[in-house]
This record gives sequence, C-alpha cells and structure tokens, in this order.
Amino acid sequence: MTHSLVNSLVTFLAAAETNDPERFTPKVPESDHFWVPNEASTMAGTVDSLFNYIMWVSVISVILIFAAMAYFCIKYRAKDRESNQAALSQVDHSNALEITWSVAPFFFLISIFVWGFKDFVTLYTAPKNSIEIYATGQKWKWTFKYPNGFVDSELHVPKDKNVRILIKSVDVIHSLYLPEFRAKMDAVPGRYTDLWFNATKAGVFPIYCTEYCGKQHSDMLSQVTVHEGNGYEEWLVAKEKEIELLPPAELGQRMYKQFGCAACHTLDGSKNTGPTFKGVFGRVETLSTGQQVKVDENYIRNSIMEPQKDIVQGFPPQMPSFKGQLSDKKIDGIIAFLKTVQ
Amino acid sequence: MAAPSATVDDNFLTHEKGILSWLCTLDHKRIGLMYLICVLSAFLLGGSAAMLIRAELWTPGPTLIDHQTYNQAFTLHGAVMVFLVIIPGIPAALGNVVLPLMLGAKDVAFPRLNLASWYLWVIGALCLITSLITNCADTGWTFYTPYSTTTTTSVIPALFGAFILGFSSIFTGLNFLTTLHKLRPAGMTWFRMPLFLWAIYATGIMQILATPVLGITLLMLIVERAVGIGIFDPALGGDPVLFQHFFWFYSHPAVYIMIVPAFGVVSEIFPVFSRKRIFGYKFIALSSVAIAVLGFLVWGHHMFTSGQSIVAGTVFSGITFLIAIPTAIKAFNWIATMYKGAVHLDTPMLYALAFLWVFSIGGVTGMFLSVMSTDVHLHDTYFVVAHFHYVMMGGAITALMGGIHYWWPKMTGRMYPEKLGRIGAVIVLFGLNLTFLPQFVMGSRGMPRRYYNYLEEFQPMHQLSSLGAFTMGLGFLLVAYYLLRSLKTGPKAPDNPWGGNTLEWQTTSPPAYYNFHTPPVITEGPYEYADWTYDAKVGGYVRISKQAKS
Amino acid sequence: MSHATAPSHDADHAEGHGEHYPFLAHHFDTPEQQFETGKMGVWLFLATEILFFGGLFCAYSIYRALHPEIFEYAHYYLDTKLGAINTCVLIISSVTAAWAVRNAQLKQTNMLVINIVLTILCGFGFMGIKFIEYSHKIHDGLLPGHAYHPAEPVWELPIYKAKYGEEGAAAEGGEHAATGEHAATGEHGAAEKGGEKAPAEAKHTGYVKPLMGPHEFNREPRDVQRFFSIYFCMTGLHGLHVLVGIGIWVWLLLRARTGEFGPKYFGPIDFAALYWHIVDLIWIYLFPLLYLIH
Repeated sequence: MTHSLVNSLVTFLAAAETNDPERFTPKVPESDHFWVPNEASTMAGTVDSLFNYIMWVSVISVILIFAAMAYFCIKYRAKDRESNQAALSQVDHSNALEITWSVAPFFFLISIFVWGFKDFVTLYTAPKNSIEIYATGQKWKWTFKYPNGFVDSELHVPKDKNVRILIKSVDVIHSLYLPEFRAKMDAVPGRYTDLWFNATKAGVFPIYCTEYCGKQHSDMLSQVTVHEGNGYEEWLVAKEKEIELLPPAELGQRMYKQFGCAACHTLDGSKNTGPTFKGVFGRVETLSTGQQVKVDENYIRNSIMEPQKDIVQGFPPQMPSFKGQLSDKKIDGIIAFLKTVQ
Repeated sequence: MAAPSATVDDNFLTHEKGILSWLCTLDHKRIGLMYLICVLSAFLLGGSAAMLIRAELWTPGPTLIDHQTYNQAFTLHGAVMVFLVIIPGIPAALGNVVLPLMLGAKDVAFPRLNLASWYLWVIGALCLITSLITNCADTGWTFYTPYSTTTTTSVIPALFGAFILGFSSIFTGLNFLTTLHKLRPAGMTWFRMPLFLWAIYATGIMQILATPVLGITLLMLIVERAVGIGIFDPALGGDPVLFQHFFWFYSHPAVYIMIVPAFGVVSEIFPVFSRKRIFGYKFIALSSVAIAVLGFLVWGHHMFTSGQSIVAGTVFSGITFLIAIPTAIKAFNWIATMYKGAVHLDTPMLYALAFLWVFSIGGVTGMFLSVMSTDVHLHDTYFVVAHFHYVMMGGAITALMGGIHYWWPKMTGRMYPEKLGRIGAVIVLFGLNLTFLPQFVMGSRGMPRRYYNYLEEFQPMHQLSSLGAFTMGLGFLLVAYYLLRSLKTGPKAPDNPWGGNTLEWQTTSPPAYYNFHTPPVITEGPYEYADWTYDAKVGGYVRISKQAKS
Repeated sequence: MSHATAPSHDADHAEGHGEHYPFLAHHFDTPEQQFETGKMGVWLFLATEILFFGGLFCAYSIYRALHPEIFEYAHYYLDTKLGAINTCVLIISSVTAAWAVRNAQLKQTNMLVINIVLTILCGFGFMGIKFIEYSHKIHDGLLPGHAYHPAEPVWELPIYKAKYGEEGAAAEGGEHAATGEHAATGEHGAAEKGGEKAPAEAKHTGYVKPLMGPHEFNREPRDVQRFFSIYFCMTGLHGLHVLVGIGIWVWLLLRARTGEFGPKYFGPIDFAALYWHIVDLIWIYLFPLLYLIH
C-alpha cells in the first residue's frame, strides 16, 4: 500500500509519460485563433463572430467594473479607524442611474439573444439535400454508418457538402462534439437526435464525447477527416473493397477495432467489462445460469447477435446486439480472428 | 477594554456547558455554529477531492489515480460542495447565527425544527460518506439517467443523502421565511430589514418551492434503480430527458439558492466598510426577489443540446437574459455604494471586492452560455466548469469567507489576526483566478469536462490550473490556521468592531443567550452610520448620541 | 448595552411569559403570535408537499399525454368500488378532523378525544382497503417494471365485460373465435399461461386479441407497466403520508387526554387537521386521475 503510494508519487513528481500507447489520441490542428479552435464549417465563423462580440463587450464591461472598483478604493480610502473619517456624501439612490444601468444592458442582451437564436435555428435545421450518416454512441466508442452501409469508427465527410449526422445511443447518454465545426448533440438512448454541418476546410479534426458516460468517457474519442473533391466517395469505395479482400482473420481484427469490441474485451488476458478474448475459442465458460458452455463458432455467433442470452458468470449483461450491423462474412472473420488470439 | 458589555459574562457560548448542551440546544446561534463547523469540515473533504482531481490532471494520461477513482473523486467533489457546503453554507450556518439577531428576535420561529434540520444535514452527510466508503458513486453530482441506474457503484446512498439534505434545506428555508414574517419586532418594517435578510427571504422562497421537486425526483430515481419502474429508464420505455428536466427544475433555482445569500452578505459588507448608506436599497432588495421568481423559469438552458425543441430552448434562453438584469443591478449598486465613501480595506471588504471581481467574470461568461448558438460549442466543456466555479467557488465561497470574517468577532467573541486575514484573502483570490482563467481558454478551445485523460495540446493550461488550485488550497489552509488559532489567542472582540448599524452589532460579542439584554428599538434603516464613532479604548465603535443621553 | 434607550422591561423578557401560559415558547410574545407563526409554517410546509407530489403529477401528465392508450387500458385493472369507498372514508375523516379542531377551541376534551379516535380509525380503514387493493395487484402480477406479469388481459375482466357486454353478445361468433384463437395461436397463449408460473425474469410480451367487433382494445398497448409504476409511486407516497398523519394523530390523542388544548392553545390540532386535509385533497385528485379514466 505504502509502496504503491510512493510509486505513484514518484510517477507524479516525475510527470512521466505513462500514456497508454493503445489509447487513440487525435491531434488538434494548430488554430489561427487564440480563443477557439479552427473554423472548419460554414457555421463556425458565424458562431465565432457572436462569440467575439460577446467577448469584447464582456472584456470592456469587466474592465470598467474593475476600474471603477479600484478607483473608488484608492480615491475614497479612509486613513484609519481612529480618525473617524466620515463618508463625503450619503447619497443612496438615483433613479436615473438605476434606469440607465438596467436598460442599457437590456438592449445588448436582446441583441445577443436574437443573434444567438437565429444561428441556433440554422445550426439545427439540416438542409434537405444533406448526406446522412448515422452515428452510434456506446461505451466507449463512436461508430459511423455511411449511406452505403459501410461502418467505421472514424468519420469521413466531403468538403463543401451538407452532412447530417443522425445520432443514437445504445446504452447511456453520450454527446457527439465536433469542436472545429462548432457542432454538438447528445446521443440519447431510445430516440434519434441530429446535427448537421458543411465542412469548409480539408483536414483531420478531433471528435469527443462530452456527456459523461462512465469509466472511459475520456477515451471515447474519434476523428473526422474532411476530403477534398471526390476523396470522400473514393475513400468509401476503397474501404469497402479493401475489407472484402482481406483474409478472414484480418477482417475479423478490423471488425474488433471498428465495432468497439476492444472497449470491453481485451486481447491480453486482463479482465474488463467483458471476458477477455485471449484464448477464448475453445475455452469452457460457466454461464450466469451455472451451465457450462464450450466456446465454438455457434456460441460466438449467438453472442454477437443475442448477447443477453448466454452471459458468462461474473460479467454484467451490458453488450448490445450487433444484429443487422455485421454481414455473415464479417462474423466469419471475427470467428477466424478469435481463433488466432491464443 | 472597558467595554460596557465586559460586565456581562454570560453569553450563549458559556450559558450551558458540555457536549450534550450543544447537541440538544435549541439556540439558533449554537445551531448556526454547529452548521459552520460541519460545513467547513465538508469543505475540507470536498477540497481534498478537488486537489486530487487537479493533481491527476497534471499529465494527459494516468498520473496518480485510475479512471474509476477519478470519476468518483469528481462526483464526490461536486456532491459534497453543492449539497453539503454551498447550499447550507451561508443560509444555514451564517444565517442561523445572525438572522434572529439582525431581525431583533429572540430565536427563529421553530427552534426544534431548526435543530432537526441540522440533524438531517448530519444524516445526509453520513449517507454520502456511506456511499464514499462502500463504493463511491461515479455518476457526477447530476445523477443523469440512464447512467445512474446502470452503473455498479453505490448510487442509492448518495441519492438518499441528497434527498435528506434537501429536506434539511427545505426546513431551514421554511423556518427563516416564517421568522421573517412573524417575528419582526415593532419598528422593523420590511424596508428597514438589512439586505442580508432580504436575500435570505428570497432564498427561502426558492428552497421551499424548488427543493421538494428534487426530493421527489431523487425518490423516483432511487425506486427506478432499486426495482426498475421505467419512468426514467429508456430500457423500460421511460424518458431520460425527463429526468434532466426534473433535475434542473430544482438545480437551477439551487444555483440561486447558493448565490443569493452571497449577495446578501456582500450587501452588508459594502456599506459598513464604506461608512455610507447602501446605494439603491430597494433595487437590491427587490432584485433578489426577482431573481428568485425568474430562477424558476430557466432550467432548460442546461439542455440546449439535449434534443429539446428549439421553441423550448428559445424561451429558456430569453428568460435567462432577463435574470442578467437584476444581477447586474446589484453589482452596479455595490460599486456606487463606495462612491464618496470612507473605504476601509479590512479582510471582509477584501473578500467583498474579490467577490465583485470574480462574480463579474462569472456573470459575463454566463452570457456565452445563455446564448443558444455559442452554448452549443461551449456546453459540457471546461468553459462551463470555469464559469460555474467563478460563480459558485468565486461567488458563494468568497462571500462565505467574507461573512465568516465579518461576523467572526460576533460569533466567537474573538478578533482574527487582520494582517494574516488580508494575506489569506489575496492568496485565495490569486489562486482562484489562476485555477479557472486557463479553464476558460481550454474550454473554448474544445476541452470537454469530466475527462480523466486529455489531449497533450491542453497540458500547459491544465498545469497552470493545477498550480492555481494548489495555491488556493494553501490559502485556505492559512485561513483555517489563523481562524482556529484566534479562538484561543485572539484578542477579545468589541461589540461593534466594524461600526455596523444592523441589530447584531447592538448586543454583546458574543451575544447573550436570549440575544438582547434589552429589546432593541428600531427607529431607522440598517445603514445609518452617523451615530457610531470609533473608540480606540474599546477597539470598536460606540454610539455617541445615545451614550451622551445616558 | 447600557447605551440602549429602550424602555427597560428586561426582566419579563429574559424569563419570557412562562407564568401566564405554560405552552408559550420563550421567543414569542403572545399566544396569538405563536399560533400565527405555527399556522404560517404549516401552510408553507403544505406548499412543499404539493410541489413534492407535483413532480409525480407532472410525470403522470406527461406520460398520459404521450401514451393515453396505456392509461385507458390499464385503469380497468383498478377497482373503482374500493377506490370510491376509500374516498368516502377519507372525506369522513376530514370532517372528524375539522370537528376536532372546533372541540379543541371550545375545550370539549371528551369530544376531542372521540373525534381524534374516529379520524385515526378512518385512517386505518383507508390503509386497510389500500392493503387489500395492493395485495390483489401483487397477486395478479400488476406491478411496475420487469415485475409486470398480468394474470389476464383487461377484456377478460368482469368489469370490462359488464361495460361492453352488449357488444360482446352481439359479436358472439367473435367471442368464440377469440377463445379459438387463444387455443389456436397456442404459441402466444401458452407463453402467457406459462408466464404466470414462470420465473419472473421471463419478459411479458403483451396480449393480443383477435379483432371481433367494436371493442375498445384488441391488443395490449406497449409498456403498460408504466401505468403501474405511476400508480404505485403516487398511491404509495400518499399512503406513506396517511401513515405519518396517523402517527401525528396518535401523538395528539395522548396529549389531548390531559386536557392540554383549549381556546388559547389549539394550534397543534389545527395544524394536524390542515395536514390531514391536504392528504385528503391529494387523494381526491388521485382517485379520478387513476381510477376514473375515460
């Protein structure tokens, strides 16, 4: 106990890079602005103008308040208590002043309210001809499903096209956050929510989850790639082809990463939310009903399609079903992959 | 120290002796002090959790603790600070001690209920500690479903604790409201009441009308978690967003429950230390009530990105801006109070100025969040964290510190060391700004809140923030040190060290068991200083005209 | 405080008015002030009670607005007769409670005791009937959440048949078909029949009835258990309040026997009666909202 405490203290003081190499960390591209990240969508600039407007008014009013405070403190500072210095005046009200400082902010507030409202309506009213991509939040992974049915853990979009993201969650509330696009929307279980954007800058930008969702909330990261020209379509076609051509075990490994299996099932034998995949094929597991089961092709397939049916003892029934998300070929790939993890 | 009061030895601290005489006391001053001790102990606990969080965030990856412990630490920090420290801090601790004194009453309306509220606080705190030691809840203090109904940590004790603490708060509010209505002595008209009492009045309204909704919400959540009734759980057809509506229907007024009493404390300190009548008394008094009423209509501004309709969002955003106006009115009036005054920069005044400073920053950054389009970008980032810490920590806690120093001589009968007091105030203010200013930048650059790991780009600002937090921690330790020490070694306090004209300064320090040896007669407003003059022999203020007559 | 100029009547104040009124607390000047203070406190407390229940009423309205069919369907499971009797019992108890206040004011100690006892008995009567209702619900599997395993669909209930009996008779063939269907669809019927005895984990999947005339329901709506969640939350919390009320009355009964209450001091009885009325009033809203849905 003491030893581990000392150890962690040493680690802390040395500020050692104990970063988990497995953890996916997107890069934040250098921004042209001090306060905000890059402006990479049509709405970003609009939102930022309002941000800057409020900021300058805030800075000026805060400086005025500080200045008045400091000036009065210095100018009217009493010498000491003994001299019993009285206030120079006992003025205690001025209706003109009260009305001025109630009404003046009022106009400013109305202006930012109306401006913010107009932008908000635009932010959440997707144009009709948008490309629709489905985003699914689950502990602790985003998956994106493209119009052609291809599923990936990263978001790829074309530049200068309207993209609408339909968001859902399979477990708890998450929130899809694309800072460079100034876009954010909660993923709520049991309903669809949506956001849209039109990317104006090619590049790779981070994606976060911003609604606290448990242990690895801070690892629920992804990234969005904005393609120029036909890059998006080409990428999509290439991806699908590439996957079809992979040897089964490799395809399975892809699926393992892409569908977020890694969030719960480790490959190194350590225990996580779900049983480890190390040596899983052929292992005899005890189910929560007490029954003994040998893990074979059928068991794996069933566990993917109906994960709540046979739960291994000692693990929570947390896994969502992947029915309809995985083709037979991909499931075969996963089975082949699991055979290789020994 | 030939104060006239020195002849009267019996005071509420010495009237009865022994621990039981405290635990069974019905005296509002003793109950207030017991609250103060408990609240400050809880502050130590919540503050330790904060230090742990800031230490962990020193590096982007794991630093000191693991994921789960980090999540539990920020949940504990939030729940303790909100439910155990800030909500009862000013009203229940300081309010209990000074409210009947300021009003000229002998006690609060229901002394037994008052003691019961304190015991409820203790039970609630024990529930939270039970959760802490069994398997601390990791839901965040907001207990959002369905996370809170599915996580494996012990959420129910935490929920039950918050539920009980809610009742403690309701009963305190009820007690104060009734006291202010029914125990005002002759002469104490509504507009002769000190502004602290107006603030407590507005707070009482919110405590009574908002907290029961939290109670029923937490109760439903407990039942949901225990047996699964499907009201909030989407797996059973429930609506998780409904929980957010219910929760914020309480928790937004709760923000004002936390900050309005702070307005009250600051409204007392500014005139007394400027030796000048408060500017715009009626505007300050009524703006508290306006905030209390409007505070009920804005809860949806926490949910602009939750999928609620644009119409709802618009209404909530619009009303939120209306609240900005009474709040701004207060700030302007406090500044105007100093104009042509005779300003004394003692520790309480330093805290009041610090309050004005940080609260202005907290207030203007609130505008970014109440504007719907900018909130989309800033929601659930460190910008929000910085904003509400500027308001809660910078506002409510700074005012609590100011109030503790202001009434310390009255409560304990001892003076604290002035010089250390000023140093402490400056360190705390410096640490506070160093902690939270970088968080604004991080947040608007897109750093989400409640993150155990973060991207390396944010490390320098996280480290600045952590340094600030440690500075602030040291500042508070210094304050704790000299306050505790002054209990033993502090010089005896005069009856009226600051020259206040509210009634608590017109009895002995510490006050007698029944508060006033002679019932006070109220013939003027609370901020008239012409009759008070500093007497170096007493070390405090004495009344000239009245003394001359006797 | 030698400099205070107040007319000095320290002495009475320091000791309070103890000599005159044994019940007067030290911080009040007159019995009237004490009574007024207590009354205001109770009214504020009642306001918090209304808001406390308000959360549940709000949840009720939202779910009823979103899923009216669940409420229309499930309310047939509730026993309107027992609900109506309970309403009467509570109204009678409110009368005796109000009467008790008058007795206290007039210092009619015997009548006061009788009226308090009657109120307590009504309270127990209410809880007894509630107990019967609850045990039926539990027996029939009409429970919230996963525990919802109804013994039979509403169209098998006598009350439903009585209401739609005419139509049922008109569609006699349909009735026949229905029974046939139940047997024939086997799969579903058996699952349900088995469901009654099966372990609670087996999820209730819903009843289906073949179309056979202008009946209100031909299938069980989804998530009917939500009605019972709300029903048990609301009536359970209300029942808890009745129990607390009974406790208060018992305590006051012990005090009333000593003749403590009179024209100058009847506050506690008055306040308890106010509380009792609000509990009664909440039931008067609950009864139509849950039992009498059309």
